[in-house]
Amino acid sequence: MEPDEAAVSVRGLRKTYGEVEAVRGIDLDVEQREMFGFLGPNGAGKTTAIKILCTIAEPTGGSVTVAGCDVVTDRAELRRRIGVVFQEPTLDAYLTAEQNLRFHGELYGMPRKVLRDRMDDVLELVGLADRRNDQVLKFSGGMKRRLEIGRGLLHAPQVLFLDEPTIGLDPQTRASIWDYIGRLRKETDITIFVTTHYMDEAEYCDRIAIMNRGEIVVTGTPDGLKRSIGSDRVQIRTEDDERAIERIRDRFGIEAAVHDGMVTFAVPGGAEFVPKLFADLGMDIQTVTITRPSLDDVFLSYTGRTIADSESAAEGSASAMARAFQGRR
Amino acid sequence: MTSTLPVRYKEITASGLRHEARATTMVWRREMIRFSHDRMRVFAMLVQPLLFLFVMGTGLASVVRAGDGLDFRTFLFPGVLAMSVLFSAAFSGISLVWDREFGFLREMLVAPVSKAAIVVGKCLGGATTATLQAVVLLALAGVVGVPYHPVLLAELVVLLFIGAFMLTSMGVLLSARITQIQAAMPASQLIIMPMMFLSGALFPMANLPGWLAVLTKLNPLTYVVQPMRTVIFEHLDVPPAALAAFGSDVTWGGWQVPILLQVAVAVGVTGLIVALAVALFSRTD
Repeated sequence: MEPDEAAVSVRGLRKTYGEVEAVRGIDLDVEQREMFGFLGPNGAGKTTAIKILCTIAEPTGGSVTVAGCDVVTDRAELRRRIGVVFQEPTLDAYLTAEQNLRFHGELYGMPRKVLRDRMDDVLELVGLADRRNDQVLKFSGGMKRRLEIGRGLLHAPQVLFLDEPTIGLDPQTRASIWDYIGRLRKETDITIFVTTHYMDEAEYCDRIAIMNRGEIVVTGTPDGLKRSIGSDRVQIRTEDDERAIERIRDRFGIEAAVHDGMVTFAVPGGAEFVPKLFADLGMDIQTVTITRPSLDDVFLSYTGRTIADSESAAEGSASAMARAFQGRR
Repeated sequence: MTSTLPVRYKEITASGLRHEARATTMVWRREMIRFSHDRMRVFAMLVQPLLFLFVMGTGLASVVRAGDGLDFRTFLFPGVLAMSVLFSAAFSGISLVWDREFGFLREMLVAPVSKAAIVVGKCLGGATTATLQAVVLLALAGVVGVPYHPVLLAELVVLLFIGAFMLTSMGVLLSARITQIQAAMPASQLIIMPMMFLSGALFPMANLPGWLAVLTKLNPLTYVVQPMRTVIFEHLDVPPAALAAFGSDVTWGGWQVPILLQVAVAVGVTGLIVALAVALFSRTD
């Protein structure tokens, strides 16, 4: 990779599985040493995109280079230059932590001496040095994840892909995983490409791309994106949601909709707006919540839905997708 | 923290044949490690052939007259050896379905090595573990009248290894297509059972009705079982009458196939299966 070359460069990437368009033409550039995040609901195409970036799947159209290598024509070299931590666990539970690492090092053709040193380093980094000779089946979910991250780093990759690194973990463990990722950024000059559907986790990234239905909706820094919305989110609970939505439209000219079971709308200066709302709505308001813009609001304002909405809507089609994808791994 | 992680190793990873060989060795070593943890599997796989040899063999010996000077269990011995590798090797092969289910297959497939290195490593691993189990059975040779001749034992081990390699590669081939654990077991049974019954493992090939004779000759496992029986009989003094009824000759249209050609058939078919498995695993989404 040249010093000023993008770590990841994607142009017009498309991927279809039969009739299903999983990725519909995305463009993006990730700088070296950047931490870049894909944010979006399940089924938005994040994992499919990352699979193509890691050469596990082939693109239907478009071009992709990662760490200076083309995903189609320079696959073997590309694989040497990247580390991947998949969403699903990929450890052999019957092997010890050290045996899992050694397996990886041998498959990547690392010189023995280098492998020994690096194993010590990564076990130290992910805090598993004292458990190296334990079988992985004795590990907790968080320890397994840390070991996988350590393994992804073993061969000193230039770009590390983390696909939903904290999925299925409890909040405390999630926080500790992000601690390790943060440490990694401080101590190495690696480029990190992460996908997540947790808004709070996207905040750790330098830049994020919000994905929805196979497309990138918007790209920017978390702060920049939140500023771009400029309004607060107000959620109220009423007796009659439909009437409330109608009145909000009539009296304030604001479009509201029901999200998460509450009448939700965006308005600049939410705290100042609420007294006017109480005065002029002409109906009872049971509860009211005002939130400063979050990435969820960014998602809402660019897609018209919250991430939670998208996921419950995707649930029905997700099982059909799962059937369609059976046997495709 | 004294980590040396910031150092970026240039060209940390190697490529070429030596690298592929290391990857193959590592895949093989993983099979060995897992095998050593799996005592129950070893035990279960040993019990079944013992049942066949001593329970069924002894029972059948009372109705089947093998002829003077030949114990029916002696005849059965190479068949039982083949059976023991058959089950264990096929199981090792389809364990790739488990590797897929538990994700480890992906760790192997994203590595910068060829699919051939992984498939061959897996086959070697399954063949080795299956042969090791058969060696335990081989220790009982004397009980059923097979001499402990070093050359004979070496020949048998080589033939068993070939047979085990064949069955492991078939299991691997199956698991390239079958992705569900529930389907893997029945599918492998569907292959193992006919292969076992049609190999002459349990009954003599001489005087079979035409259709059965043809099927046995189409079965690649026949070309492992019959050579094993031939080398055993060569070390025994089998009376001509017994040899005529229980002999191990394989004929193609009346032509007696030399033992080396039989082994070559077994090796050739195995090579084809491995090549096919590599091709199937090399397909990406």
